[in-house]
Amino acid sequence: MRTAEIAHLLRLEWQLDRRQKHVWGSMALYVVSTIYVCYHGVRHLTEVPIWNALFWIILLFAAFNALVRSFQRENQGRQLYLYTLASPRSVVLARTLYNGLIMAVLSLLSLGAYALFIGGAPLEAARLDIFLPVVVIGGTGFALVLTLIAALAARAGNGIGLMAILGFPIVLPMLLSLMKASKLALDGMGWNVTGQYVLWLVLIDLITVALAWLLFPYLWRD
Amino acid sequence: MKGWWWKGLSVVLLLYVVLVGLHTPLGPALVYASLDRIAPGPITVGATGYNTHFTKETPQVWLENDGYRVCAAAVDVHSDVLLQATFNVPPGLRSNMTSLWAWDATDGPVVLRDAFFTEELGKDLQGAGCTVSTTERSGFSFPNRTILNETIRNLFFHVPMWFTMMVLMTIAFVQSLLVLRKGNLAHDRMALSAVDTSLLFAALGLITGSIWARATWGDWWTSDPKLNGAAVTVLIYAAYLILRGSVPDPHKRARLAAIYNIFAYVLMMVFLMVLPRLTDSLHPGNGGNPAFSQYDLDSSLRAVFYPAVTGWVLLGVWAYTLHLRTARLISIADEANDR
Repeated sequence: MRTAEIAHLLRLEWQLDRRQKHVWGSMALYVVSTIYVCYHGVRHLTEVPIWNALFWIILLFAAFNALVRSFQRENQGRQLYLYTLASPRSVVLARTLYNGLIMAVLSLLSLGAYALFIGGAPLEAARLDIFLPVVVIGGTGFALVLTLIAALAARAGNGIGLMAILGFPIVLPMLLSLMKASKLALDGMGWNVTGQYVLWLVLIDLITVALAWLLFPYLWRD
Repeated sequence: MKGWWWKGLSVVLLLYVVLVGLHTPLGPALVYASLDRIAPGPITVGATGYNTHFTKETPQVWLENDGYRVCAAAVDVHSDVLLQATFNVPPGLRSNMTSLWAWDATDGPVVLRDAFFTEELGKDLQGAGCTVSTTERSGFSFPNRTILNETIRNLFFHVPMWFTMMVLMTIAFVQSLLVLRKGNLAHDRMALSAVDTSLLFAALGLITGSIWARATWGDWWTSDPKLNGAAVTVLIYAAYLILRGSVPDPHKRARLAAIYNIFAYVLMMVFLMVLPRLTDSLHPGNGGNPAFSQYDLDSSLRAVFYPAVTGWVLLGVWAYTLHLRTARLISIADEANDR
C-alpha cells in the first residue's frame, strides 16, 4: 500500500470534482428535492420511529444516486491509463475514501435539510453526541459498501438499475442496525446501549474496505 | 459402485427420519385446565391431557406451589385424556403461580406449568405438603411442549434446510474463489449450480419455517433478525443470478459473479453471526431464547435430528452434482451446435 499514491489519487478526485461543480450541486439538489417532496407528503413529523425511518430511506437513495457515477465518470481508455499509472488497489482505496468523505458531508447536509423541512422535534430529546456520529458513520458506511457495487455495476455495463439490485440486499443489514442505533440515540439512550451497534457498524465498514481492497484487482481488468 | 455409498446413505437416513420422525408419538402432557385462577377453599378443576392414559389406573393429581404440594381430595376420570379433580386449597400459598401435576405408572409425571394464578398468598405453609410418586415412564417419545406440540417434528425438516443451504453456499463461495484464482469457467459453472441448488433449499426452509411460525407464533412472517437474515440471503443470491444475466461475455460474467458472491457471502456471514446476538428475537437461539441444543433438544430428538441434518446435507450435495452434470451437458451440446 502506497500512502503517497493514495494521497495523489484523492487529490485527483477532488480536483476533478472541483472542475465539475455541478456534480456536487446535483447530489445536494437530489437530497433537497426528495426531502421537499416528502415534506409535501407528510408536513411535520413528530413520531420518532417514522421520522427516523424516513431519514434513512432518503439518505440511502441519496447514496445510491451519489455513488453510481463514481466508476462511470471516465471512459474505458482513461480508466486503463489510470491503472497503468497507479495500482488498482490504490485506486479503489482512494475512491472508497473519497466517496466516504463525500457521503459524510452529504449525510450531515441531508440531516440539516431534513430537520428544517420535516421538523426537528425528535432531535430535541436526542443524544446528539451519539446521533450525529451515527449519521456520519451511516453515510460513510453506505459509501464504503456501495463503491465496490458501483464498480461491479459499471463493469457489467449497467447503471443504477443493476446497482440497486446488487446493492440493496447487501446494504440492508447495515441499514437495519443504523435505524436501530439512531432510534436509540433519538430516544436519549447512552453509549452503553448504542455502543454495541456503533461498534458493529464500524466493524462492517472495516470488513467492506478490506474486501474491496482484496477483490478490486480482479475487477478492473478485462 | 465406488463413490455412491453416500447417496445411498442419504436415502436411508431420510427414510429413517421420515419414518421415525413422523411415527414416534409425543410424550404425554397436560395441555389445558378449566380454571386459570384459584383461591383458598374447595375447587374443582377439569384437566385435559394429550397422549395420556388416565383410564388405565386413576392418576394421582396435585397442585404444586413453590415446592408445596396439595393433593386432590377426589379424582374423577372421564376418559383417557379428561379428568376432574377436587382440591381443598389451603390459604397462604407462597407463590402467585401454581402448577397442576398428574402421575400414573403408564404416563409418568405430567405437568401444566403455572396453570393457575393464585390468590391470598402467605408465608405460613411449611414443608412439602402431601407425598406423590414421580417415577418416570419408559419408552421412546418426543418431548411434548406447550405451543410447539406436534410441530416439534418440523425440527427435522426446517432446520436441516438451512444447514444444507449454508453448505451449498459455502461450496459456491469456494468455487468463486477458485474462479478468481484460476479464471476457469468450470469453477464458475460449479458456483452457479451450487447457488441454484442452495436457493431451492432456501425456498424449502422459508416454506417450512413459515408454516411453523403460523402454528406457533400465529403469523406467517414476523420481523425478526433470523427471518430478516433469511430474506437478505435469498435477495442476495437472486441478485447474483440477475448480475449473471446482465453480462453476455462468459469470462467477464464468471469474474464479476465471483466477486459479487465473495463480497456478499462474507458480509452475509458476518450479518448472520453477529446481528441476531444484538437484538431480541422470538426465534430459538437468539436474544435470550435458548437454542434447541441448550435444553430443549433432548436425546430422543437428537436421535432423529443428527441423522436428518446429515441426510439432508448429503441429499443437497447430490442434487448439486446432478444439476452440475446437467449444466455441463447443456454447455457441451451448445458447443457442438456452434461448430
